[in-house]
Amino acid sequence: MSDQSSHNPKTASEIASHVEEPSQAELHTHRRNAFAGLGWARDNLFSNIPNTILTVLSVALLVWAAPPLLDWMLLKATFLNEDPAACREAGGACWSFVTVKHRFILFGLYPYDEHWRPLLAMALFIAALAISCDSRFWNMRIVYVWGLVLPVCGILMWGGWLGLTFVPNDKWGGLPLTLILATLGIVLAFPLAVLLALGRRSDMPAIRAICVGYIETVRGVPLVSVLFMASIMFPLFLPEGLTIDKLLRAQLGIMLFTAAYLAEAVRGGLQALPKGQYEAADALGLGYWQKTRLIILPQALRLVIPPIVNQFISCFKDTSLVIIIGLYDLLTTAKTALADPSWRAFYVESYVFAAFIYFLFCYFMSRYSQYLERRLNAGLRR
Amino acid sequence: MSQPAPKTPWWNDRANRAILYQVAVVGLVVLAGWYLISNTLANLAARNIATGFGFLVREAGFAIGESPIAFDPADSYAKAILVGLLNTIVVAVLGVILSTLIGTIVGVARLSGNWLVSRLATVYVETMRNIPVLLQLLFWYALITEGLPEPGDAFKPIEGVFLSNRGLKFPTPDWSGLEWLVLAALALGVILAFLLSRWARLRQAATGQTFPSIRIGLALTLALPLLCWLLIGAPTAFDRPQLDGFDFSGGHSVSPEFVALLTGLTLYTASFIAEIVRSGILAVAPGQTEAALALGLKRGQVLRLVVMPQALRVIIPPLTSQYLNLTKNSSLAVAIGYPDLVSVSNTTINQTGQAIEGVAILMAVYLIVSLAISAFMNWYDKKTALVGR
Repeated sequence: MSDQSSHNPKTASEIASHVEEPSQAELHTHRRNAFAGLGWARDNLFSNIPNTILTVLSVALLVWAAPPLLDWMLLKATFLNEDPAACREAGGACWSFVTVKHRFILFGLYPYDEHWRPLLAMALFIAALAISCDSRFWNMRIVYVWGLVLPVCGILMWGGWLGLTFVPNDKWGGLPLTLILATLGIVLAFPLAVLLALGRRSDMPAIRAICVGYIETVRGVPLVSVLFMASIMFPLFLPEGLTIDKLLRAQLGIMLFTAAYLAEAVRGGLQALPKGQYEAADALGLGYWQKTRLIILPQALRLVIPPIVNQFISCFKDTSLVIIIGLYDLLTTAKTALADPSWRAFYVESYVFAAFIYFLFCYFMSRYSQYLERRLNAGLRR
Repeated sequence: MSQPAPKTPWWNDRANRAILYQVAVVGLVVLAGWYLISNTLANLAARNIATGFGFLVREAGFAIGESPIAFDPADSYAKAILVGLLNTIVVAVLGVILSTLIGTIVGVARLSGNWLVSRLATVYVETMRNIPVLLQLLFWYALITEGLPEPGDAFKPIEGVFLSNRGLKFPTPDWSGLEWLVLAALALGVILAFLLSRWARLRQAATGQTFPSIRIGLALTLALPLLCWLLIGAPTAFDRPQLDGFDFSGGHSVSPEFVALLTGLTLYTASFIAEIVRSGILAVAPGQTEAALALGLKRGQVLRLVVMPQALRVIIPPLTSQYLNLTKNSSLAVAIGYPDLVSVSNTTINQTGQAIEGVAILMAVYLIVSLAISAFMNWYDKKTALVGR
């Protein structure tokens, strides 16, 4: 039809075909709607023989694994009965373990009656993290937010003021400790990371060598060894009579470790800036620090927000390593909760509970970082 | 620079300032280092701890659960640390191989046109990479030591293989000490196949003639060990694990710690490798495949000659850092008691009190291993890199 009409665009058949086309498409969608499920299944599950085999294998895997898993997780599970014997009888997951132990897993050794304090501090922390995700706060405001939240959290956690009883930080534990270690790790590492990244891009060979040496050494060793160093060697570094407590040592270790990785992320941003920005700043007669503060960093740091979020995710997961030097973070409390002999058998429930909390945080943060990357790229694509 | 020189005082000169800054920074670093070291020496003196690496030749006095080489408590600390390093290397090498395999499969599965398969792969990746690896290790370790049955009721997936809370036991060939000949033949076959494919590639580049190097190479790797096995009389004897009281004897055994560590590290790293493989394949423009098909290449050739070389270029740098991460994460073995480098160093530090030396050795060894891996991967990356104009 179109072959004939192409000779004379104004023939009736051409017009008819124009009219006809939408109606045909409509017909198509009708048909597609009627058989939507089948057509979709054919396209996505049974398009050819290998694909069909894969589908059958996957379905077999699901049929084999899903019902017992569902049985275990929900149907045969015990939720509220606080007797371990009832759990064993039911044969499913013993979520009552979580019901009984969740306060310990979430807050560790913090005095039981004061648990509202770490809970409130945690809520503030999470709110501050959520605010930090909003691009309207990516200026001095984010500094004010954290400048307000951190002291308030400190007062809540330590107490000893405003009628709150004092809780020494060796009693801190659980999720608040994990959040504090991860967030402070990133926040404190940030200035050091910017300096290291600038140093690595510097023209001065001695400064470059120091920065490269630091970054590559720290990136070449595992966090465990840095934590060992922090817990064993930091006390030796200090002059006689001065001690440094375990939490602060771990926090410093995590900070020094994170700074090296963060510095590489920041360096990526510095390198991604077009050379014209540097040259234009030079042409304006700005000095090095003026140029860096006013022109380079505001642009470079915006570029590296997604990698910084990713670094935060891995820092969040890495804080679980403090179990090795004996701090009561979320993983340690989940493991310690199992020391109770009557609940010993429910290690799966304990680890699944802790894993679920870690997963929630990491999943939403990684989603957020993917969203940011898309948004930043959209800006660059124009 | 073009201005007359006397107008700029020497301290405002850029070059002089750079030197000034550098001297100041280096001075500060040295000062800080000196301060820390002098404090440390004073503290050590106050605690009566001798410094130096003399302890390395002393008798270790502790046993190591598993070791690729024979180790006796009477051996020196240096040898204990070597055993730890070997254990780390064993886990890292196996982990790298297995996680690359699983990661590639999952990464390709995520790109599959099959909805179900790609969803399953996505669930795997999202679950694994959002849960700390240490938690996964503890979980697998608890599952093996508490969840698996006693040796008496061990699982028997295949005849002769036992899976219990004492780890994995499997039979080993017992061919009157000649097993190594077959292994040597296998190694020889692999080397010959590699040389053959190299020769074939060079010849094809020079003359354009092709050679079925893959098929012949495969035949070589299989035929040589088989021939060797026939030559030593086609033995079929196996050293099978036997239940002997409360535990097994005979066969080869893999400890629960090793199984937990390898499983955890492999599954965790595989999820990252899957994402790397996926992005690498997506980075190859579809036009490349279409052009190659239009040239008349077969599907397999398109993948081997056009897509993979380009995807590898994107894949290798992040893959390197995953290999490094896996090697460094193997240090988490200390949490479940597998005698790796960190675990052995930790014991050494606790026994001798030589904390600084112990941590220094630990860090130095990891640095060397990391540098070696990145040097190798850089060499490989350079080999596959685009030859620019």
